[in-house]
Amino acid sequence: MRIYLDNSATTRLDDDALAEMMPYFTEKFGNPSSLHAYGREALKAVDEARAEIASLIGAKASEIYFTSGGSESDNWALKGAIYASKAKHKHIVTTAIEHPAIIETCEYLEKKDGVSVSYVPVGKDGRVTPEAVIKAVTPDTTIVSVMFANNEMGAIQPIKEIGAFCREEGILFHTDAVQAMDSQAVDVNELNVDMLSMSAHKFHGPKGIGVLYIRSGVRIDRLIAGGHQERRGRAGTTDTPLIVGMAAALRKAVAHRDEVNARVAKLRDGFVARVLKEIPYVYLNGGMEHRLPNNANFSFGFIEGESILINLDLNGIAVSSGSACSSGSLEPSHVILALGVPEELAHSSIRFSLGRDTTEEEMEYTFKVLKESVEKLRSISPLFNMEKGTGSYV
Amino acid sequence: MYNDKVLQVFQNPKNAGEIEDANGVGTIGNASCGDIMKIYLKIVDDVIVDAKFKTFGCAAAIATASVATDMVIGKSVEDALKIKNADVVAFLGGLPPQKIHCSVLAEEAIHAAVEDYRSRASK
Repeated sequence: MRIYLDNSATTRLDDDALAEMMPYFTEKFGNPSSLHAYGREALKAVDEARAEIASLIGAKASEIYFTSGGSESDNWALKGAIYASKAKHKHIVTTAIEHPAIIETCEYLEKKDGVSVSYVPVGKDGRVTPEAVIKAVTPDTTIVSVMFANNEMGAIQPIKEIGAFCREEGILFHTDAVQAMDSQAVDVNELNVDMLSMSAHKFHGPKGIGVLYIRSGVRIDRLIAGGHQERRGRAGTTDTPLIVGMAAALRKAVAHRDEVNARVAKLRDGFVARVLKEIPYVYLNGGMEHRLPNNANFSFGFIEGESILINLDLNGIAVSSGSACSSGSLEPSHVILALGVPEELAHSSIRFSLGRDTTEEEMEYTFKVLKESVEKLRSISPLFNMEKGTGSYV
Repeated sequence: MYNDKVLQVFQNPKNAGEIEDANGVGTIGNASCGDIMKIYLKIVDDVIVDAKFKTFGCAAAIATASVATDMVIGKSVEDALKIKNADVVAFLGGLPPQKIHCSVLAEEAIHAAVEDYRSRASK
């Protein structure tokens, strides 16, 4: 049995989306920039996909810019805004829990361009408060960037409130909505966002395609120079099949959103309750109230996350870990640490991200294997006494 | 990432546990860094007759602890100290480069356990 509980890493490509993509790999292979019939039929598909994606987020087609994915969209939004600004002092307000595509771009701009950056901390529930974000804004603030929902512990951020403030103050507001598109209603006007990043493969679309929504009137520099594609915003041959697949996947995700959310949340809630009740020394990372319906993230005391991950994997279950060892760095997840979780427990964190195809049987089996894995690893942990059933870090 | 040999050893590690009458115990690492390796040695007439480990750590740390303890059992203390981490990694058919750091723990903990044995013996 193989069980996929890593849907925040990537999702299975939707069969209908694949079917819609296929002709554009082969018989309709034309370059949408070409003037001839081959080009025109490809351009028609791109135009339709652009219009459809726009309408699904309450935007205009002319505000949709195709990119290679979430990371490029995030890089472009921040670098583009900073490089377009003529101000002497530039300042970014973001959060401590952003995706590395935002954090490392901020660090780059700090180092290379002397931009100052404020990283707003989060509470135990994994959320920033609008007040804390507003307080971090200065007269030099060029752009505010707050993720819609966190990829590791699923905390949904108060985007609408922050957006309303930024709109009022006339400050650019970007949100990385990569993890939110599958399950959250996204309307760029209701949210008052100026820019929004998304990535198709997080909602059963193909890998290698994303969007940066840029509100009309917002001017940012381009990152990729070369051609006139994307209204001179982003050079590079337009990837017709991926764009078609992205639109098809988003259409389906939006159409089934409420029903999928309800089903997934029920499975997730049952799993969380059971893990907390039946496995000792387990801690849920992040709060339950404002959380993506498919996310569960725990720390398991006295054992290390990567070894739990590998043990689950050897039993056919795919998950992620925030341990240093699973990332190749020496530091555990910055997101789990930002919650105030001690380092030793951050090393023990495991993310379960359910999907629309997850079943009750799968979660039942996962719980059983998880419980056994935790017991097995604790039996060889120097921090845990199996006879007494207690552990200590001291 | 990990090869099949590493996964197989991780799944069925040998010598996991404690030795109640160990006369050399060594611990390396700490929980906040994500690794603790504890090695127990039972040494009779300068020969390691038993070795066990307890590990808080990743699959590489657990697999190397299993192999390293297996390698030192039956060896004289002097010969056991000659076993290098590279020997353990080679036995496992290699480890990903970022995992070498975790694999050194077993060797270091064995050295610490021998040191503990020697300091007890000199008392």
